[in-house]
Amino acid sequence: MTGIELRSLRKTYSGNDVLHGLDLTVTPGEFLVLLGPSGCGKSTLMRMIAGLEAVTTGDILIDGRRVNDIEPRARGCAMVFQNYALYPHMSVSQNIGYALKVAGVPKAERQARISAVAGSLALTDFLDRKPSQLSGGQRQRVAMGRAMIRSPRVFLYDEPLSNLDAKLRVAMRLEIRRLHQKLGTTTVFVTHDQVEAMTLADRIVVMNAGRIEQVGTPSEVYQHPQSTFVAEFIGAPGMGLVDAIADPKRGVLCLGDGQEVRFDAARWPDLPHGAVRLGLRAEEIGITAHPSAHTVMARVELIENIGPHRHAHLSLSGCNLIAQVPNDFALQSGAQVAIGFDMAALQLFDPATGRRHAGQNVPLAERIAATV
Amino acid sequence: MIERTPVFDAIVQVLLVLSFVALLLPFWVVLVAASHDFHTVNQVPMPLLPGRHLFENLATAWEKGNFSRVMVNSLIVAIAVTAGKIALAAISAFAIVYFDFRLKKLAFWAIFITLMLPLEVRIVPTYSVAADVLAPFEAILNLTGLSVDLPQWSLLNSYSGLVLPLVATATGTFLYRQFFMTVPDELAEAARMDGSGPLRFFWDILLPLSRANMIALATIMFVFAWNQYLWPLLIITDQANFATATMQLQKVVPNGVWGEPPVWNTAMAANLIVLFPPVLVTLLLQRWFVRGLISAEK
Amino acid sequence: MNKRATFSNSWLAAALLLPQLLLVFIFFYWPSGEALWWSFTLERPFGGGNEWVGFYNYLSVLQDSRYWGSVRVSVIFAIAASALSILLALMLAVFVDRRMRGHQILKTGFFLPYALAAPAVGLAFRFIFAPDAGLIAGINRVFPGLWNPALDGNDALTLIILAQAWSLVGYNFIFFLAGLQSIPRALLEAGAMDGAGPLRRVWDLQLPLLAPTLFFLLVINITDSFVNSFGIVDIVTSGGPARATELMVYKVYTDGFQGKDSSLAATQSVILMVLIMALTFVQFRFIERKVHYN
Repeated sequence: MTGIELRSLRKTYSGNDVLHGLDLTVTPGEFLVLLGPSGCGKSTLMRMIAGLEAVTTGDILIDGRRVNDIEPRARGCAMVFQNYALYPHMSVSQNIGYALKVAGVPKAERQARISAVAGSLALTDFLDRKPSQLSGGQRQRVAMGRAMIRSPRVFLYDEPLSNLDAKLRVAMRLEIRRLHQKLGTTTVFVTHDQVEAMTLADRIVVMNAGRIEQVGTPSEVYQHPQSTFVAEFIGAPGMGLVDAIADPKRGVLCLGDGQEVRFDAARWPDLPHGAVRLGLRAEEIGITAHPSAHTVMARVELIENIGPHRHAHLSLSGCNLIAQVPNDFALQSGAQVAIGFDMAALQLFDPATGRRHAGQNVPLAERIAATV
Repeated sequence: MIERTPVFDAIVQVLLVLSFVALLLPFWVVLVAASHDFHTVNQVPMPLLPGRHLFENLATAWEKGNFSRVMVNSLIVAIAVTAGKIALAAISAFAIVYFDFRLKKLAFWAIFITLMLPLEVRIVPTYSVAADVLAPFEAILNLTGLSVDLPQWSLLNSYSGLVLPLVATATGTFLYRQFFMTVPDELAEAARMDGSGPLRFFWDILLPLSRANMIALATIMFVFAWNQYLWPLLIITDQANFATATMQLQKVVPNGVWGEPPVWNTAMAANLIVLFPPVLVTLLLQRWFVRGLISAEK
Repeated sequence: MNKRATFSNSWLAAALLLPQLLLVFIFFYWPSGEALWWSFTLERPFGGGNEWVGFYNYLSVLQDSRYWGSVRVSVIFAIAASALSILLALMLAVFVDRRMRGHQILKTGFFLPYALAAPAVGLAFRFIFAPDAGLIAGINRVFPGLWNPALDGNDALTLIILAQAWSLVGYNFIFFLAGLQSIPRALLEAGAMDGAGPLRRVWDLQLPLLAPTLFFLLVINITDSFVNSFGIVDIVTSGGPARATELMVYKVYTDGFQGKDSSLAATQSVILMVLIMALTFVQFRFIERKVHYN
């Protein structure tokens, strides 16, 4: 199994830095997802690993060997492109087998390997068709077959699901994950869709503006976002952020409109007195019919029904929050409601830098006990 | 049509048919004139229906115009120009679109400027180069102080003379470039990931993809080369061996070499022979021809 | 359009470009340069190279009334033939775009003249419009001597204008039709909803949207009438009668190859080149504008 190492990798296009010196290690056999908004440099990063973009400075190591100046074909990577990049004039079997043909593999062996790959992707009946005669999902599988047939050391996926409709996307997601479980090949997967990232990844690399914001498992990234960027980007909906002034001595967070929220200052022993940003997820905000010392008042702006529950869009001290509300809870937009927070899940960020104030993690049992 | 406008449609239909008849009338007149005997064709007004001497006139024209020979010459030239142009255009457009190198801009402009000036406006000096192809190199070498005497290599009275100057323009290169620009970048990248180098990519992927483009270019170039008139007229003095079909038209003009009272019937028969190949190509491959023309000019 | 250059092997690129660059150098740049050189020099009478004479050749060309005659004829020819064939082609394209019965056959028919070589067009028109045979000769039976391109310069010029216009109708038609078909149908439907009838839509919507095509064709037609006219003139009139149809290209040819005066011919070539390049530049500017427009 193959590991990849990036050392202070930089990429510059005509004087503009696209990647600002990244360090990253992909452990052997891992499914790593590069996640970020468009233009954050995630595709460029993957294309550099593939060898399709030149490295400006820094090093790329595959299995400990520096590959900066090695042609793509010699790096042992296979890639699935966003628009699949199937050769339109070749049949499915020619598409899948092209890499072997270039490598000079004898025809008989080629055929055998093509049918093995086609079999595992349920493409056997389509081998003689042209790409234009296939559905989106089938094209996607041909692109995967083309990558698989070379038994590559690394799979690279460049937003492979973004051209599929919602239902197919879920199905293909499972197929990709299943393939990884079966083969165990080191995989790097680029996407801007955080649901895809959460469901597929062993680890997620969240990128923004050419920098890595955070590397971690899906639950780490979800529960302990290291920056407001990650907090807002991950999760549907993203984490709600509310500005406040922290007063650790009194153990309260003062909101802009004068309301106060008590918090467990012991979790942040080093927190100074001053501006902070509270981070709370929808499921950590509860609307209650009984205002108390632990609740604050917010205004309901809008209610969205999403099936299993509803999302109430709230305005709290001029900031927008989303709370998850059970379907049977009576609620009207425009109403003033009392809300309580799951204080154990609370995250605090430094508004100046956007970074998270490191606190002590709280055991789950205590979290439950502290819930309003 | 969006709404139903029967009266307007009828007027349009009539105008269209009238224009159709008017525009195709010259073809008809040529055909009719070529099918009558010498006296009938000179009647005023001329007959409007074909006569019975078409094949006789074609045979006479064929023999007098030495068409057994010149048709073959024209065919050789047209095919060579077409093939040469396609080959050159494809590889130079490939280099310009898919490679990154210094002087790329310069090479691009050096080639595309030639679109501006057709052969006809620079015939005098081009003729002198064709008479001594190595002269430019000799002149350059002499400028650098080396006094060399390169052998004189003349293209006058040769197939290469008929072909090479016509190949040396950028029409095809431009067409191919436009096409290559529309091929998704990912295809080249996928090919690279699959292990193929530039030439392999060109041969396995790019050429098969540009088949339609190639047919379009081939139709244009064939017609263009077949219809060349001024250039062959200049450089071919050995008319017995190297004359092309289109050149022969100059000889069949009444009052020309054949002299005497105008023999319009054989002149028109000769015209029919000369215009037949390009008209046939146009009719059969019109879709490609039109597509080529339009994309070459975009 | 932004294309990622994929390969970086400069030697291979150079090798691929070499044949084309070589041909272009030998048959384009060298002759053009030579024409420029010749236009500023005179050949010594007894050999021994060329003598620099500055603008002497240009002065003698520009002071020659025969030259200005050929400029005048060329301009009349270019404008009349282009206007005639563009207007006709535009009308046909607008009609054919209505896609009535048989429009496919009409398309083929309208395009067909473009396949013909200029001298073939010339030969056909020479016969059709001959004073003593062909289609038009009948008119001389009624009004003797009314039409004779062999003797009357205006008749001869009219004849080659008709021939040139006829040979270009197909080309113009194809471009107008393509232009019309690229206009979104929804736009015309919106026009219809706004109450504009078919003719009104042509005038208010289709013609303005065709303006870029129109302009492009105008330049191409004028260039073509400077260049491609040789075959027509040579077959139909040989520049006569009395130089009434001596177009610029034809004059370059007669001076250079029959008169063997290469300095004079080169000078005229250079003027012609500058003219055509100017036209092309205008067109490039316009293409740039078209890109913005879209």
